[in-house]
Formats: sequence, structure tokens, C-alpha cells
Amino acid sequence: MNADDVIHGEWHVRYNYSVGKVAGHFFEGLKEKKILASHCSASGIAYLPPRAYCERAFEPCDGWVEVGHTGTIEAATIVTAAFENLPPPPYAIAYARLDNASTALVNFVRGLDLSDVPAAAAKLKPGAKVKVVFKDTPEGRITDFHYELAE
Amino acid sequence: MAKNVVALIGAAQTKFKTHYADKTYVELAQEAAKQALDDAGMEPGEIDAVVFSMAPTQFMGVNDCDRWSTAHVFGTGKPYMRIHAGGATGGSALAAGYIHVASGVYRSVLVVGADRVAETPDAQHILNLIWDRFYEHDFALNTVTMTAIAAQRYMARYGTTEEQFAKVVVRGRKNAMGNPYAHLKGDITVDDVMNSPRVAYPYKRFDICPRSSGAAAVVLTNLEVAKQKCARPAFVNGASAITHSVFMGDRMGVFSETEFSDHDGEGIAAYEAYRQAGITDPSSQLQVAELYDPFSTFQYPIIEGLGFCGRGRAAAIDQEGGWDMRGGQVAINPSGGTLCTNPIGVTGLVRVVDAANQIMGKAGANQLPNVHNAVATAAGGSTQFFTVTVLGDDHTPKGIAQ
Repeated sequence: MNADDVIHGEWHVRYNYSVGKVAGHFFEGLKEKKILASHCSASGIAYLPPRAYCERAFEPCDGWVEVGHTGTIEAATIVTAAFENLPPPPYAIAYARLDNASTALVNFVRGLDLSDVPAAAAKLKPGAKVKVVFKDTPEGRITDFHYELAE
Repeated sequence: MAKNVVALIGAAQTKFKTHYADKTYVELAQEAAKQALDDAGMEPGEIDAVVFSMAPTQFMGVNDCDRWSTAHVFGTGKPYMRIHAGGATGGSALAAGYIHVASGVYRSVLVVGADRVAETPDAQHILNLIWDRFYEHDFALNTVTMTAIAAQRYMARYGTTEEQFAKVVVRGRKNAMGNPYAHLKGDITVDDVMNSPRVAYPYKRFDICPRSSGAAAVVLTNLEVAKQKCARPAFVNGASAITHSVFMGDRMGVFSETEFSDHDGEGIAAYEAYRQAGITDPSSQLQVAELYDPFSTFQYPIIEGLGFCGRGRAAAIDQEGGWDMRGGQVAINPSGGTLCTNPIGVTGLVRVVDAANQIMGKAGANQLPNVHNAVATAAGGSTQFFTVTVLGDDHTPKGIAQ
């Protein structure tokens, strides 16, 4: 008996995720370079990512608000290690609250020198301003845009 | 709310390490189940129901492995449920077992589970799969990056430094030297942590828990059975859990009702567990805290949330030795905690086992004197699920008999 013996296995599973009406409307907006937050008139909250229902007022979101292409970082990190199936490092990730949105939305922050990690992290502190940069030809996916530092 | 007294009368954990070459997953779970029953002085026939503690099964690679485990943990012919709340799983499984007994529906319940996080080479690949495909999955979120993001925000709020977080690692590895079950242990320095390779700001490699394999189990029962079986049980006097939205971006900024970087769900859960257990002054009533701290940045906000000090104060108190196992204000993670050992599907349960052992006088070399009350926490999902368990040597603390 070999107690160190192992059996190798791999999982390959494919999916098709239905987008639904709410995400579908959001994605249509992205094709026109518009970022649309779902709005609840009862609570006044503009949600990004958009929601069908307001989680604060427990009422249906009853409108859409186009948010700004500038915003404020709430939290961020700089990744310098490689993870399987994730982008090659280094890269920066930030939650930013875009102007007129009530909640923060995650995306990559590009165009920043990440060679000195603490120095770069200092530039991504909560309160730092970002701008949205769209692809030339958006496809109606969340990856159609990214953040860059505004200053 | 009327409820029955719940006593923990048996507790077990295996040694934790990266790989278990000599046992399969179910054999590991069985080892913990058998040891917990032996510790409780019980036969499998005396168990009325089984709660199986298991988080994502993609780490160990057998889908929904609770099915594989039923007979191995002596569940055949009994009510059997699996609990899964990500990293909070072990705390939630304990809460489920607690409710089984507190409700009076079952006398005696086995809560058991196992995990083998390193059966697949990159756990963070799997953890990235917990995010939705529409809005968040594409941005390299995983448990390392999402908690690094929380830590960066905490540092900006309170001025905490990377060196202060490094001290948490040093203290944990040192405490773990007295814990024969711990995965990582040893004398390291703040410089060792600071010089380990950067992973995701502010984390270096030593700021991050290992991927552990192993198992844990507890036996919960009512007061009548406990009196027959156990001279010094650990009574479960408070058990609570709260859940946040999956969207971390809802929980930061001026419109948020909660503060993401404070891990504030743990504070909300603590408030409820303390109410149940009659804890009104945590620092004087609780002697031991076993915190779910897979990253060096978790302890300070959780210590603050549990009411051991004000917000933003925990790091400064740590510098003065306030969270040391011996001589501190409260002994934080005498086991070494999750930073030293993280078998995700049972980590929350291990926290309960370690806290209960301190009350039952079974903590070995790390046993502390005069432990009357202890608290155990767990957290999971997108820092989303939070549990708090309060254990005590007396089942009639102020406030429990309502």
C-alpha cells in the first residue's frame, strides 16, 4: 500500500447566465457609454450595481439615474501576487462611488505606476478622485470601462 | 423567548496541516466525530441529530461532500443537515445545533465537519467564483483582495500601520506553539512579516492564513443529559448571527448604514449574543476570545466590535500587551487563531472548540486560569455573514432565563 498515492481530477463546467431585465437595461446603457443606477423614490437611494428592489425601503426601484463619469474611492488594494485564473499582477482594484450614485462599484484602476506598492496605495486612499474610461466600442458588459485617477 | 439550556459536553479537533496523505476526507470527519463522542462519554445511538459543517466543496473536490460523510459521522437513520455560510460555516453550524437543543426538539446533537483546503492548488481561484458574473466577478475579487480592500480603508480611518498588523501575526504564531493542533506556529518577528513577499496591499504572505486540512466536532445536549455526562460543561449561553448584503460597495461611504472596514456585522451579532448571555461588560466578564482572523487585519476591528475597546483603539492597546494570552486585558486567540490554522469549512467550529476547552479546563499547555466566560466568532461570504457564540461555566448568568 502506498499511503502517499493520489488520484488526479479536474472539473470543467460550462454555464449560460441569464441576464434579466435589470442587468439587461444596465448593459444596454453601457453600450452608449452610460452608467445607469437603479433608483428608489421611497428611500432616495441610487444603486450600483442596479437592483430590482430597494433593500432599504423594501419597495421596487422605480427609476434609473445616469451617474457621473467621475467619483471617489472608498477602498482599494494593489495586488502583486499571481492567482490561478486571475489577471497577471500587478493590478489595482478599487470600490469607487461615482457622482450621483449612493453605493460604491468595484473596478480596476489603470494607468497608475504600481512599482512602489505603499506609494501607489497612498494615491488610492479613500477620498481620492477617479474618472471612468470607456472602451472605444463597448459591448454591453461591466468590463466596458475601468477607473483611472482623476488628478 | 423560552428556551432550554444548551451544554457543550464533548469537543474534538484533529491536527491541522496542509495535506492528509493517510486519510480521506470522510475518514478525517469520522476521526473528529468519534473523538467528540468519546469526550462526551456517548455512543452514536445517543445522538438524536447531526449538523454537518462544510463550506464550498470545490476545495476538497467532491461536490456536496456532506452526502459522502453521512454514515462516517454516524448520521445514518438520523435527521441530518449541512450548514454552509462560507467562512462563517462553523459558527453557523454551531448555531444550528444550538437551536436544535434549545428548542427542545432534540436532546443531543453532533455538530461535525472537515475540510481539505489544499486539495486544489489555488483556493483563491475558487473563492473568486463566489461573485456574480454580471457586476463583480471580473475584478479579481477573492478573500485575499476583498479583505485587503477592507484593511486599506480601516488603515485610512484609524491610522493603523502594517507593522501593527504584523504584531498580530507574531503574537498568534507564538500562542500556537502551545497548541498541538495548530498548523503554523513559531517565534517570528515583525521584520519577518514585513519582509515576506507582498501579496495584496497591505498584506504580505505572513499576514495570510495557511490552507489547512483537518476536522472538528462538538456534542451539544440539554441540561439533564449534561448533568449525567459531564462534570464541567461549557454552556452555550449566547449564539447569534447576522447577514449583510453581498455588495460590499453598499457598506461603505456616506449613504451606508454600516461601516465595511469595521467588520461591523460582528459587533451587531455580539450585541445580540451578549444580550442572551447577560454580558454587559465584556472586558470584565469574558476572559478568552477566539476570533475568526484569517488575515492579520481582522483582529483589531473585531476586538473593537466585541466591545473590548473603542473603535480604532485596539492596535495601540496591542502594543502595550493588552491582547496577550497571559497578562492581557482579554486573552485573544490563545490557540493561535485562524491566522495559524484555517480549514475553512470547520474553522468557526474550531474557534468554539478552543473557547470551550478553556472553560472545560482542557486547553493543555495553553490553559488559562479562572476562565468563566469565553466568546468565539466567525465570518464569511463577502465579509457578509457574522456569528458570535458566548460560552460559560454557568448556565444561569444574568439575563439568560427569560
